[in-house]
Amino acid sequence: MTVDQTMFREALLDPEAARPDGLSDGKGRPAGRRFDVYRNNVSVSLTEALEVGFPVIRKLVGQENFRLLASAYLRRHPPHSPLMMHFGADMPSFLANFEPTRQTGYLPDVARLELAIRESYHAADADPLSPAELEALPPEALVGSRVQLATSVRLVRSPWPILSIWRFNAEEAAKSPEMAAEDVLVARPDLDPVPELLPPGGAEFINALLTGATFGDAMDMASEASRNFDLPAVLTVLVKMKTMIEIGG
Amino acid sequence: MLDATAHEFARLPDAPGVGYKPQHFSEIADDAGPVAWLEIHAENYMGDGGRPIAQLRHLAERFAFSVHGVGLSIGGEGPLDSEHLARLKHLVDWLDPASFSEHLAWSTHDSAFLNDLLPLPYTEASLARVAEHVDEVQEVVGRRMLLENPSSYLAFEESTLTETDFLREVAKRTGCGLLLDVNNVFVSATNLGTDPVSYINAFPVELVGEIHLGGHDDDEDDHGAPLLIDNHGSEVADPVWSLFEYTIRKSGPKPSLIEWDNDVPEWPVLKAEANRAAKVLEAATA
Repeated sequence: MTVDQTMFREALLDPEAARPDGLSDGKGRPAGRRFDVYRNNVSVSLTEALEVGFPVIRKLVGQENFRLLASAYLRRHPPHSPLMMHFGADMPSFLANFEPTRQTGYLPDVARLELAIRESYHAADADPLSPAELEALPPEALVGSRVQLATSVRLVRSPWPILSIWRFNAEEAAKSPEMAAEDVLVARPDLDPVPELLPPGGAEFINALLTGATFGDAMDMASEASRNFDLPAVLTVLVKMKTMIEIGG
Repeated sequence: MLDATAHEFARLPDAPGVGYKPQHFSEIADDAGPVAWLEIHAENYMGDGGRPIAQLRHLAERFAFSVHGVGLSIGGEGPLDSEHLARLKHLVDWLDPASFSEHLAWSTHDSAFLNDLLPLPYTEASLARVAEHVDEVQEVVGRRMLLENPSSYLAFEESTLTETDFLREVAKRTGCGLLLDVNNVFVSATNLGTDPVSYINAFPVELVGEIHLGGHDDDEDDHGAPLLIDNHGSEVADPVWSLFEYTIRKSGPKPSLIEWDNDVPEWPVLKAEANRAAKVLEAATA
């Protein structure tokens, strides 16, 4: 009797499946529940990886519910890479469709924020432009320039107060969330990613910069999207978060 | 062809090492005790940058490093993941560690990664496949690797070779070295009803480039027989220390690692384990 890895894998991921034949306890008896050690290792280690990746989702749904959710997730979306730092990328769409969570509209966007923070954590290092370098540019030159943002920059937009929800569950003494749409910039001013609430038009402006628009065009798009677009406020955030790494034509 | 002499690792010191955990970063830098080298799981340091890489660069100025892969799936039936091999080569190229090791196990099949070290039967066919994979790894990474003995919870009826013969033959065919996990030896022997000392006696200790020590948990199988679980979540058990002492008397001092990956303790607890390993190594040189 030979046991191939297809049989082994299928029985690992499905707790209802029969255990493969051809496995013993080394003393002539069938392996029985010894096989379940591997089943347990797989599900516990992958569940733990999700717990590490989505601490706020875990807090929002509760530990027991998160375990059930994780167990459904890892069967539907098993990892396709040995890099656990990337595991869980399908969590937002999973939460939007999973029966017990699909009515809780903000969960997928909170999961997107948690993914953005994790991606930012592992993104490449970059030297930010100094405030002096930025000030040295005459305003008319700035309008026609394109700015390169660090690869650790992420933008998460939501009709829900995702950053307030995140803070309320991740930080002590945070205020309880009030209903509002929130656009969040995630950047890494030093070694740790920081989420920051964007002022009106900020997301349109940064999104335009990320897609290669000039400063001038990005300002036009942001002003069009929001009458309250406040360029100095957005620039202050971008400088404080050390997001800009190069300015050119 | 791999020119083994040109690409030989600097070699880990014959001293205690620990599995590096980021929560111990400052304490390790301030108070390493007998710890002369650190081991990392390769896959945790394959991001593009940020804190993990920054910590590694900092610690690499002071400590020798062992890169220990957990995701290559060397025992897999399918081909190795060439993208993953390229990431591994990148890490080994910039970090320039004193050692690289992986497991006699599989974890990926049909592209699904199962995040566990899964067992394989020991047959001529699996031997040929593992040797081919080890050759490929050494070829791509450009260095000699160490292959680690697994902890076993069950046996394959189709196996025709003992684990020690299997490992010896892989080493002979590929020129790789071996990583001897003494806790795994004890766990497997208890679980499969064999003798751990006979295993060490049959093991080619001259090929051992590193030893692992770790904690295990106690369970039992359907028949009430002891079933030890290799969970790296506690102190090294006393019978494993005895087996380690026996091994070191036979092999002489070796780079010896304390692995503690779950319920990671405060630094002083881990350091105390390293001290205990240091005493065993010192006794062998005295």
